[in-house]
Amino acid sequence: MEYLLEALDVTKIFGTLKANDGVTLQVKPGEIHAFLGENGAGKSTLVKMIYGALQPTAGEFRWMGKTVTIASPAAARRLGIGMVFQHFSLFDALSVAENIALAMPGTFDMKKLSGRIARVSKEYGLPLEPTAIVADLSVGERQRIEIVRCLLQEPKLLIMDEPTAVLTPQEADQLFLTLARLAKEGCAVIYISHRLEEVKRLCHNATILRHGKVVANVDPTKETASSLAKLMVGGDIHVVRAARKDGKGDVRLKLDHLKLQADGPFAVELKNVTLDVKAGEVVAIAGVAGNGQSELFDAVSGERALAKDSMLVIDGKPMGHDGVNARRNAGAAFVPEERLGHGAVPGFRLSENVILTRHSSDQKLVKSGMVQKGGAAGVSERVIKEYDVRKGKPDPEARALSGGNLQKFVMGRELDRKPGVLVVNQPTWGVDAGASATIRQAIIDLARQGSAVLVISQDLDEIFEVADRIAVISRGQLSEAFPAGDLSAEKIGLLMAGSHEVREGHHAARA
Amino acid sequence: MNELLSIVLTIITAATPLLLASIGELVVERSGVLNLGVEGMMAVGAVCGFGAALMTGSPLVGVLAAIAAGVILSMLFGFLTLTMVSNQVATGLALTLLGLGLAGMIGEGFVGQPGVKLEKISIPGLTGIPFIGPVLFGQDLLVYVSLIIVAATSYVLFRTKTGLIIRAVGDSHQSAHALGYSVIGVRYLCVMFGGACSGLAGGYLSLVYTPQWVENMTAGRGWIALALVVFASWLPWRLAIGAYLFGTITILGFSLQAVGIGIPSQLLSSLPYVVTILALVVISGNRALTRANTPACLGQPFVPDR
Repeated sequence: MEYLLEALDVTKIFGTLKANDGVTLQVKPGEIHAFLGENGAGKSTLVKMIYGALQPTAGEFRWMGKTVTIASPAAARRLGIGMVFQHFSLFDALSVAENIALAMPGTFDMKKLSGRIARVSKEYGLPLEPTAIVADLSVGERQRIEIVRCLLQEPKLLIMDEPTAVLTPQEADQLFLTLARLAKEGCAVIYISHRLEEVKRLCHNATILRHGKVVANVDPTKETASSLAKLMVGGDIHVVRAARKDGKGDVRLKLDHLKLQADGPFAVELKNVTLDVKAGEVVAIAGVAGNGQSELFDAVSGERALAKDSMLVIDGKPMGHDGVNARRNAGAAFVPEERLGHGAVPGFRLSENVILTRHSSDQKLVKSGMVQKGGAAGVSERVIKEYDVRKGKPDPEARALSGGNLQKFVMGRELDRKPGVLVVNQPTWGVDAGASATIRQAIIDLARQGSAVLVISQDLDEIFEVADRIAVISRGQLSEAFPAGDLSAEKIGLLMAGSHEVREGHHAARA
Repeated sequence: MNELLSIVLTIITAATPLLLASIGELVVERSGVLNLGVEGMMAVGAVCGFGAALMTGSPLVGVLAAIAAGVILSMLFGFLTLTMVSNQVATGLALTLLGLGLAGMIGEGFVGQPGVKLEKISIPGLTGIPFIGPVLFGQDLLVYVSLIIVAATSYVLFRTKTGLIIRAVGDSHQSAHALGYSVIGVRYLCVMFGGACSGLAGGYLSLVYTPQWVENMTAGRGWIALALVVFASWLPWRLAIGAYLFGTITILGFSLQAVGIGIPSQLLSSLPYVVTILALVVISGNRALTRANTPACLGQPFVPDR
């Protein structure tokens, strides 16, 4: 038995789209096998088939040398295949132990199970409290539940779909230790990630997918991150260039002791958030998801009104009581995290979506109650051209665009107004490398023309690429904004985890 | 003392149909399905229960017929919303209209006929105890059944794997599907349980509460049952308290009318509905409480990707 799992010549067709085209993937026991590719290259499709959640159109799977049909996730688990999903398959309202019990076959004894959870989580360095409710846990803790859930079933193959995208650097290091230990014990790991440095560090083997086809099978330790990226994209990637600013512009966006109550049991309360964003600079807010980023965005954009007018100042004018439109009229622009449904109306055409943020703002597209259709179409065409939005027909509905292209459009729509203040939440979330570079460059260019830009992101690479200063949000509290050059990923990681010693130390030094 | 006893006894009979209908809907909603057709299923349950008892002379056969009628109607709802993925709110409303119409049609020949009453039980020695005896040991069978269902539902939902699966399906159908559970299957069973309970509640009205058939005899109780589920924030024992509270208010309205105080009778009989609205306003004011227990997938259609 040389290979544990073989996917041989597997093809999966969705309608007219060939998501996988004759893909072959071979994994040995005890091997950490990277599975790389851009968004939409077909990685998730293949692993979903391995996990039994999808069925192949053609091709075969072999498990320990024997041809198998993996009819369902339950069948995959019986074979010894476990999977940690990118979007966790957890139940927010249930406890850790209940979440794990749901993945175990047969009936359960809560006490015994809690004991086993405690033992496994201790053994692999994955601390978990069995009675905690998932909704109260951090993303890193949630991932631990998923991993422990897999480990309890003593898997022979563990599939991990972008596990580190949501982790602090320290949490990621801990995960690598766990995975290395599992591999040593003979468990194979299929590891999907966009972070090529960690692939180089962790993986023994790499299969690279482009447009549904395997383009290479390499030893990642012998490659460089850029050679791997070249294989994935099939060409060179634009390098984002940012001339660092001296930080002497006027303050255009000011958050002054901004407080906001949590609006539900699972929401975060913002505590005394204070931040200045000056003309010409990009300030980034780093942090693990669910630490108050969406609340902060809502507060800054005006989706939720603030208690005091002075909590938010745009170009010297207190606007805490004003709504989204008033803030737009003052020259601000906002791009929310969720592009479909929040940033754009799925069923509206692109030209109609342009009107949504411009019906009353500085460059009106609605006059005396009438929509200026020609003007909207003009803006829409300009954005499409300038930001290379790829689409099927001339003026498609927003939902017809792929995620990356819609993101380019939504970003472009706001950038086209040349806003004095731009606030973006997750500018390149789920966007592939090429489009990400375009968007990041546009953000920097806007700032260099004299605008103040606030970027909220969970992607540290992105933050270091665009930001002049970096603040970290943790449990609704925002750290001081440090010059990007003074911070390392480790230091940000500590701030993310909620340790504010760095900040306190800084204050002490100044006092 | 005697007056108090008779008031307590009528409160129990007023509360039981509410409790039966709402405990079924609670399970349905815990699995993530919103069935607004409770009123319709109750009406059909009431008429079928009445008819079957009338024809066979056995109230127990009537009870079974009421349950069967509720289940059949709920399966129609299940087919439309789960298999055909129609909108749950619209389908539920349609089910109410259909149920009420169907019940009127079936019951046309039953109007004015004397019904068969499900008698109260009597345990020698115990039922004879003053006050406590008739209240605790002298009820009809369905009162005990309703309380047993509440206890069993609470136990199953929070102590067994079956209940865990039901709550999991209601919390995140995508996750449940990813783990390999049959979301649609679980929901069908829950919807059918809800139908059985609603049918039984209807049967209670026409076999115990007022043993006869009158059109629209459900009188909006299905809607109160729906409100009760929210009022109880999806917790079975709280639901029982709520049902008895509403039973009390209904009977209080009647009693006050009988005493003849100077409040218009229309106002008194509207009391349960006014209180329903007030209770919902108060409950939804406390968002932290409701959100923590609200099934996150409530009312959302589920289509597995293939």
